[in-house]
Amino acid sequence: MEQTTQTRMLSEPVKSRKPRVHIKEQLTFHSMMVPGVILAIIFQIVPMVGIVMAFEQYNVVQGFFGSPWVGMRNFYMLFNRPDFVRAVWNTVVIAFWKILFTSVLSIILALLINEVRIKNIKKTVQTILFLPYFLSWALLGNIMVNLFSLTGAFNNFLGIFGIKPVYWIISNTWFRTIIVASDVWKTIGYQIVVFLAAIVNIDPALYEAAKIDGANNTQLCFHITIPGIMSMIVLMCILNIGNIMNAGFEQILVMYNPSVYETGDILDTMAYRIGLGIGGGSTAQYSMGTAIGLFKSVISCAVFSLSYFLAYKIKGYKIF
Amino acid sequence: MLQEMTKTKNRVKIAPSRRAFLVINTVLLILLAVVCMIPFFNLLATSLSSNEAVDAGAVGLIPVGFTLNAYKVLVTKVAFFRAFGYSVLRVILGTAISMAVITLGAYPLSKNAHAFRGRIFYAAFFILTMFFSGGLVPTYIIISKLRLNNTIFALVLPTAMNAWNMVLLVNFFRQVPKDLEESAKIEGAGHYRILLQIILPVSLPALATVILFTAIQHWNAWFDGTIYMQPDKMPLQSYIYTMINEATSLRQSLTNDPNQAELLATIPPKTLESAQIFIAILPIIPIYPFAQKFFIKGLVLGSVKE
Repeated sequence: MEQTTQTRMLSEPVKSRKPRVHIKEQLTFHSMMVPGVILAIIFQIVPMVGIVMAFEQYNVVQGFFGSPWVGMRNFYMLFNRPDFVRAVWNTVVIAFWKILFTSVLSIILALLINEVRIKNIKKTVQTILFLPYFLSWALLGNIMVNLFSLTGAFNNFLGIFGIKPVYWIISNTWFRTIIVASDVWKTIGYQIVVFLAAIVNIDPALYEAAKIDGANNTQLCFHITIPGIMSMIVLMCILNIGNIMNAGFEQILVMYNPSVYETGDILDTMAYRIGLGIGGGSTAQYSMGTAIGLFKSVISCAVFSLSYFLAYKIKGYKIF
Repeated sequence: MLQEMTKTKNRVKIAPSRRAFLVINTVLLILLAVVCMIPFFNLLATSLSSNEAVDAGAVGLIPVGFTLNAYKVLVTKVAFFRAFGYSVLRVILGTAISMAVITLGAYPLSKNAHAFRGRIFYAAFFILTMFFSGGLVPTYIIISKLRLNNTIFALVLPTAMNAWNMVLLVNFFRQVPKDLEESAKIEGAGHYRILLQIILPVSLPALATVILFTAIQHWNAWFDGTIYMQPDKMPLQSYIYTMINEATSLRQSLTNDPNQAELLATIPPKTLESAQIFIAILPIIPIYPFAQKFFIKGLVLGSVKE
């Protein structure tokens, strides 16, 4: 791939004024791309090629291109599995509630934190809310599991009010609530900081002008602050919607258990159990696991591209 | 001065309803921050309590039957320290490799399409890797085929080419004034030299941001460790996850069977689990306020680009 671009480069600059320098410069640039490109090819592009497994009856001996071709059979089998339909539904529902609650609460909290007049308190609150964002689910998930277990602190707390202990983490009624709430707890600090940075960027002159016109604080909030960060709100919402297929693999892997598969098993965890044959599955069904992964990747990629396209069209947001 | 004056003027004019709002708002936010810290207080309290109190569900925010036993046991656990060391190794090696690869790649990509003719092609290539992935199973098979299993390279190489971080650096490199580079060019410096001696020193804050984020990512990564590494080579967080996972399933399978009380006694107690989690959190606490500061700076810089 790289070779072809390079040869094109070699033939092109003949017309330009100082051809030799140009070629050398281009070659230097290409050489700088080499390590990144090689790593991306090995660890990202080759696995994409490996997706052919989803259309095969893959076995380790015959490999990616030798295994018997079965076409769409894996997908037919998949779509007929009730646990697959359940996993799709769980994925979308959990991701939806996460996006909704994180977005709405982070905007409200950013506006409220912005109103705090004592600078140290403002900073400390912001910093404390940001802490869980920097920790992993391997730690936070286990803290949550302990907190909501039968002998956990949450039941202990409810006991004060005479409420009987509930085994929250194995309850299908409560599992999604706990997942969404703990995810909001972990990620909200990030979004709050994003919105607070946007609020800081609003021109102070606007506030002064509105005050002279006799606007009160509520009016300032609704007519200056919120419109001022509206473009950031729209951008964050669009980008968040791209995550509708990401219900949080690591979090659920740590926090779920077989009794809550009904409400908590998502596509990623299902692909993991079936594809690698770990935790519940008997042997690794590589092809089936890949098929689940491909199903998710295709939809995810489409939604993700659409959200970035919208972000670009509406707000001029560009990755590169 | 003017600000001071308006401030005092405002203070005089503050309406009672506004004052009430400010007080209530501040108090509620402080309360919220405290509530968000509760899981950590509970974790610390659990690690400092007696096993009996924890199993009875008596521990809330204050240790019950205070003891340092869990930490004393932890200090003697070789496996824990080995995992800790492996995590440190991973952070150092992983951050170094990743930074080398993405700074090299970010430099040509920060040029415009005219100066670097391949730019569009490479950008499209990396965007593809950002938006689409082969998924867990093919990646796992590739890494097994390369015989990287149970080596540190299975943990540091696959994530080394992080396109998102590279984009961050591209945007930072673009902020560097063009004159600096032009004058170096006139003096006869090549692009490697320009990158090393001009671009990198100038964008040190940006580099610090990305280094900090990459290091935190490596410290926190745990899933790859659980599938690629044997228990004796797992980094800390993978080790903690695996250990707790095994203990939990053992507990669930044994609780109803009185004959297996002996086996049950060999399961590490929850106090020890909590102590390990607490130790794994500790290194992040002094670092993350800096990460937050850089992060906000990055946001401000990022917004300049529009």
